[in-house]
Order: sequence, then C-alpha cells, then structure tokens
Amino acid sequence: MKLVIAAGPPSAGKTAVIRQIIGQMRDRLAIAYMKIDVVRAFEDEELAAEFGIPTKKIYSGDLCPDHAGIMVMSDAIAWAEEHAADLLIVESAGLCLRCSPYTTQSLGIVVLSAVSGTNTPLKMGAMLALADIAVVTRIDLVSQAEKEVFRERIREVSAALDIVETNAVQGTGMRYLLRAINAFPEIENPESIVLRGAPPLGVCTICIGKKEIGWQQHFGVIRKLEGADYLYRGD
Amino acid sequence: MCPEAIREITILPGRNKQGEPERFDAITIRPGETISIVGPTGSGKSALVNDIEIFAQNDTVTGRTVLVNGRQPPEEFVRDPAQKPVALITQHTKCLADLMVREFLLMHLRSRKIEDETVVQRTIDLANEFTGEKIRGDMKMTSLSGGQTRSLMVADAIVISNTPIILLDEVESAGIFKGRVIETLKRYGKAVIFVTHDPLVSLLSKRRIVMRDGSVEKVIEPGDSEREALDEAIRLDDIICRMRERIRAGETFTAPVSA
Repeated sequence: MKLVIAAGPPSAGKTAVIRQIIGQMRDRLAIAYMKIDVVRAFEDEELAAEFGIPTKKIYSGDLCPDHAGIMVMSDAIAWAEEHAADLLIVESAGLCLRCSPYTTQSLGIVVLSAVSGTNTPLKMGAMLALADIAVVTRIDLVSQAEKEVFRERIREVSAALDIVETNAVQGTGMRYLLRAINAFPEIENPESIVLRGAPPLGVCTICIGKKEIGWQQHFGVIRKLEGADYLYRGD
Repeated sequence: MCPEAIREITILPGRNKQGEPERFDAITIRPGETISIVGPTGSGKSALVNDIEIFAQNDTVTGRTVLVNGRQPPEEFVRDPAQKPVALITQHTKCLADLMVREFLLMHLRSRKIEDETVVQRTIDLANEFTGEKIRGDMKMTSLSGGQTRSLMVADAIVISNTPIILLDEVESAGIFKGRVIETLKRYGKAVIFVTHDPLVSLLSKRRIVMRDGSVEKVIEPGDSEREALDEAIRLDDIICRMRERIRAGETFTAPVSA
C-alpha cells in the first residue's frame, strides 16, 4: 500500500485536489481516505458518497491536529490495509502554516492557493519545505506575472520541490501529480515510519491551561516582545 | 524565451460526451492566425481551450492530443509558466496583489530577468490602444476596471511574456476595442484563439470552430463569403461603441443615431 499525506492552509483546495486523485485513479487502485480535523469535518462523508470508498475522520479537539495524526497513523494504516487499500490518502486540517504532517515512506503533498498572495510560500516554513510536491490551485484566476512570481517564491523555500499548477475543479495539470503518485514506492515497513520534521515545540504553560497574558506570568518556554530569537527558548 | 520556435500547433481529435470520436482529422494553427471557438454554453469551448493550454496528451476528459511542430512538446512548455508558449487570459484573470500598474509590470520584468525598464511604458501604451479608459502607471491594479485589466493582460502577454499563442476566453464583454486587439495580435504575428459569443470577433477570425455536446462539430473557413456580414457587424459595433461612450459621458439620444 502507498501512503499520501496532504497538507495546506484552510481553503487552499486540498479536498478538491484529492477528489481529482480519487476520480482519476480509482479504476486502477483501491483507495482509502482519512481526514484529520479539529471540530467538524464533512469531507469523509462527501467522498464516501461520491466515490464509494472507505473513509474515516478523527477530531483532534484540543490536541494539535498534526500530533493527533501521528498518534493515529499506525492504526489508520492497519485500517486501510484491512480494507485492502492500495493507496491511503490522509488529509490534515491545515490549521497553521507551521503544520508539517509528512512522514517517511509517504508522498507529502502541500496544497497552496495561487490567490493567497505571492508572499504566502515564504510564510509557510516546514509545511512547504518538507513536502515532496507542491500543488498550486486556482491557477486560472491569477495573472501571468503572479503565476511566475509565486513559483519563484516556492523555489526560494525549497529548490527541489516538484511544482504542479492546477485548476483543481477542472483537473488541469493533474497528470504530473498522478505520475508522482504512480512512481512513488509502497510502504516498506509501517513500524519504521517516523515524522519527517521536528514538531512544534512543547510544552509551555499555555499548553497546560494557564491563561494569564504576559511572559512574567509563565515559566519554562517563554517569549518576550523584544530581544527574542526566532525560536522560543526555555527560561 | 522558448527553447524552440513554434511553427504550428496541431489539435488531434478526442471524444464527445457520449464517448464517440470527434469528426475532424486535425486542426492546425500557425502564428498570425485567428480562430474563434463558438457554441452554446456547456458545449465544451472552455475544455478545448484548456486542452490547448496544457497541451493535452490524451490525458484529459476530452481525450484530445495537442502537438507542437508535429511532436509532443517538452514538459517545460506545460509546467514552467515562464517557458510556456501559451498565455490564457480569461474574464476571471486578475492581479490580486495590491500594487501599482508600474510595480506590477516591473515584478513581471524581474521574474523574466528583463533589464530594459522602458518595456513597462511600452506595455502601458499598448494597453491604452485597447481601451478607452486610460491606464496610468501610478494606478492601483486592484482599482482597474474589467476592460482595463484585460487590456493590460493582453499587452503584458504580447510585450513581456512574448508568447506566440494567446488564448482569450470571453474577453470581449466590456471596455475593450476588439477590432484593435485582433489587428495588433496579427501585427505581432501571434496565433490567437478566441472563445467568444461576439459576432464581430467571430467574423473577424479566419476560422470558426463550432462546438456541440463536448466535441468539435465543424470548422468553418468562410474566406470572403461572409464579407457583407462582417461589414455589417463592423458598422453595428461602431454604433454601439459610440453610443456607449456617449452614455458614459451623460449624453441623451433625442436625435437618430447614424452609422
């Protein structure tokens, strides 16, 4: 079985891209789909109704969706294999641009919307840098100049990233994404799968429920407005 | 700009919505030619334009194949917008960035590694030939009208992108001098493909592709046989244009409008 993990900011078009993958590959592959979201999600029901494939969702609730994803990933692989799936697609919630749910032995797809502004790729960090392939959606809506600049900005973050531009509703350009999925190897050993990047730093006093504002009220991992480094540092 | 000069592109037939093969052998388009794509809504006009834009290789819903100079084009033609020989401008194409016209064009110049900044003014001047509402370099892109935006996008495709093939998807709807755009695109030796509902644009094109039910129904090459209809369309368009300008200027029409 192959594993595809899709991330991207909210409303970037992740589900539209996944719909194209399923629609164009389901004749040849048995596909299973899992959505990780925070409070509510409907994609699993929609895709099950549209394509008749096994789907699942989990709600992360108070947990970071990426953390939730890692917690359930081995169960999810076992679940998809029980359904004799050839391909498991996991879609993350894409809450913050810090998310990077990609694991080893998976094809990591980041979905970005071309209408989100030409500087967006530069704001994305690990979500973009650790992916294998970037799918840029709504490409039909932006000017030629912005298309070109958007692509350059992605290259600035990760020069090696494969870039696919698409109007995901029409499915233009998807052939290159499908080709990448076809060429990607199957999972070798689920037990050796690990998260690719370093997860967000934890645990701070806010994580454990202390709500007062101001760094003076906290200890452990703190941050001041001035004189702080890019990373949060322990006190 | 392009790794190889484009002498022609060829569209090979696919299938209609019922899966039946299309009834044409091949449609070949060369620089300097104009073709319009006509047909009712839902007949497959935009799908045909999409096939051309991504150089379909029997891998889209229509099953068509599009060749460049008789061969499958290199992958960069499709994947790298800076190398793509096709510019698609639709009524939805917009500049989203909060930039002035001048800054926007400079951004495009830089991404193309073009150092000659006089290109900016040349692009604006050309755009102003296409629209009656004057565009200035210090205007905000986001404040341009639909007609101004499309005029600028067409000028940008000609001067900065310099693509040999330009696809215009229903750009005629407002504020753009159709005849002049077509004239200029011919002068620059561009192959132009219009998706259109406009009689004048259709009649000004050398060939008309008629779409029906997802497939090419026929290709009409009228030659001079439609000359009278074209003259009439030009005359009517001229009246409509002048009436539009007068309405915008706040005038009333108490006397008959002459051609």
